[in-house]
Amino acid sequence: MSGVLVVAEARRGELRAVSLELIGAARALSEQGAGPVSVVLIGADAEALAPQVALAGVQDVLVVPAPQPQFEAHVTQAALEALVQRRSPSVVLAGHTIDSLGFAPALAARAGLGFASNVTGASWGEQGVLAQRGAYGEKLIAELDFPGKDTVVLLLRPGAFAPAEGVGGETGVERVELDLAGSARTEHLELRDPPTGDVDITKADFLVAIGRGVDDEGQIAELEQLADAMGATLCASRPLVDAGWISAARQVGQSGKTVTPKVYLALGISGAVQHLAGMAKAQTIIAVNSDHEAPIFGVAQYGAVADMFEVAAELERQFR
Amino acid sequence: MKILVPVKVVASLDEDFALSDDATVPADAVEWQLNEWDTFSLEAALQLNEGEDGEVVAVTVGDEQAEQQLRSCLAKGADRAIRVWDDSLRGADALAIASVLAAVARAEQPELILCGVQSSDAVESATGVALAGLLDLAHVAVVTGIERAGERLTVQRELEGGVVELLGVSLPCLLTVQTGINEPRYASLRAIKQASAKPLDVSGLEQLGLDAASVGAHAGSRTLRLKEPAKGAGATMLDGGPPEIATRIAAIVRESMSA
Ligand SMILES: Cc1cc2nc3c(=O)[nH]c(=O)nc-3n(C[C@H](O)[C@H](O)[C@H](O)COP(=O)(O)OP(=O)(O)OC[C@H]3O[C@@H](n4cnc5c(N)ncnc54)[C@H](O)[C@@H]3O)c2cc1C
Ligand SMILES: Nc1ncnc2c1ncn2[C@@H]1O[C@H](COP(=O)(O)O)[C@@H](O)[C@H]1O
Repeated sequence: MSGVLVVAEARRGELRAVSLELIGAARALSEQGAGPVSVVLIGADAEALAPQVALAGVQDVLVVPAPQPQFEAHVTQAALEALVQRRSPSVVLAGHTIDSLGFAPALAARAGLGFASNVTGASWGEQGVLAQRGAYGEKLIAELDFPGKDTVVLLLRPGAFAPAEGVGGETGVERVELDLAGSARTEHLELRDPPTGDVDITKADFLVAIGRGVDDEGQIAELEQLADAMGATLCASRPLVDAGWISAARQVGQSGKTVTPKVYLALGISGAVQHLAGMAKAQTIIAVNSDHEAPIFGVAQYGAVADMFEVAAELERQFR
Repeated sequence: MKILVPVKVVASLDEDFALSDDATVPADAVEWQLNEWDTFSLEAALQLNEGEDGEVVAVTVGDEQAEQQLRSCLAKGADRAIRVWDDSLRGADALAIASVLAAVARAEQPELILCGVQSSDAVESATGVALAGLLDLAHVAVVTGIERAGERLTVQRELEGGVVELLGVSLPCLLTVQTGINEPRYASLRAIKQASAKPLDVSGLEQLGLDAASVGAHAGSRTLRLKEPAKGAGATMLDGGPPEIATRIAAIVRESMSA
């Protein structure tokens, strides 16, 4: 009636990196008294991936074969519903990822479990689990508890927890047969990779990134010129791509590219989680934003509260 | 077809806000807007029903502040709007809101529910799929394309890195809609005037057969406190006007590039 259940995530036969972060977080909770760590893998690849999650501190790996090879949200939901009922874990950890967003809220709502998404910190104490998440568009941090909930589902933000390492000697692997036939409610048709674009921004050492500080398509040309003058490659946050002002190949973030340039100069970008997911590991981040509370200043090494166009004009003059 | 579109009016904090002494957000530090994602889900609903007889019903769980934005949904083309409120709902989390929306959906019996992927203030990304769970509806999260052929939808689910999964799903179902799926329309001045004649029902919990306790029991979490993020680890701020800032940036860029 206790313990931490980690829902490992895989795609196209490969374990996703967030899975190791979940195990790292689970291990920390376990050390604080939350009970043993189990990792569940659901799907056709489950068996093959088990050794990769059988890490130090993991008591057992549960392998749940699924009727179809691809992830299917309702199948995962049904499998976890059954596992939660059987094992009553105190905490269920999954990633704040696209796949989890498809099943975890439904799982928690149907079974009346505790729930928090986009979690950046978790701890275990006398009252059970406590969690931290952003509030008001990341400008504040909320501390949460889960009174009266025997099982709490937490979706952990990718990148917020240190990944586990170290092969486990004692980890058991158990095959759990669940009746999942008929639980799928969507039909997988195909996976499509994004089209390869005109540039590969992941290869650039110096990126000038623009965001919704740009409110008119006509402003893009002068920023292209700025990037040229500075010897940088232009990239953007998602809204400029959604608007069709800049090509999808230049989008940085969770649903775009992950970049690690030497310098990332962010102009008029607020620093939403999904943007940070693509650039937080740049070596030097410089941010210019007119709002001194913009979350981007939390990850930047250098920041300036200013109008991006005034700074851009000055920069172009200096680099020309 | 009848499409239910849950929309949220979100709070965006002023540039110069500060937490009050009791660690709450002062009312005058907040600006109210229609959640960005919900402009796309509303547009998707309007497009799906174009040239067909059907109904698009916008619903929000929100106080009077939300009414103006709900009217804007009517001006853009929604046929009807519903606002549900009770003071006990202030600060309610995604699961509690979903339980209220579930009662509305049970009364309305839509064939399709279109939520946004997330709300820009809470970033829970949970209300839609929680609602589907409560209603036992098929659901797909993070949708960037919808095509309909009779009772069958083909949808695009956007994964990390821009990879897209194509899926088939049958009505009735719930989708959470991602930005960029369409170009949300603006309302014409005429439409804004006409919107005031469209029905906007206001209801409390009782009319839906709910009460504060039953909604509260659905909550997934409780907020213990709000705090400001630690600023110490943040950026070194560059002072001065644009010329000084540009000079400093140029120097930092040159140094970092040659390191
Ligand atoms: C599943 C999912 C995936 C996503 N994937 C991505 C992704 O891959 N990449 C991505 O970027 N986003 C992604 N998003 C969207 C993300 O949540 C944000 O909406 C987006 O990053 C916001 O972009 P922005 O910072 O440019 O715009 P905003 O958040 O609107 O910020 C604009 C900023 O510009 C500042 N500003 C305005 N005018 C000026 C001026 N004149 N000078 C200086 N500053 C100014 C403002 O103060 C503000 O901080 C995703 C969202 C979801 C739900
Ligand atoms: N108070 C609300 N009233 C109506 N719909 C809401 C409300 N809160 C959230 N939603 C819906 O749920 C989506 C996701 O919001 P969230 O789960 O808060 O990130 C929004 O885009 C809306 O479609």
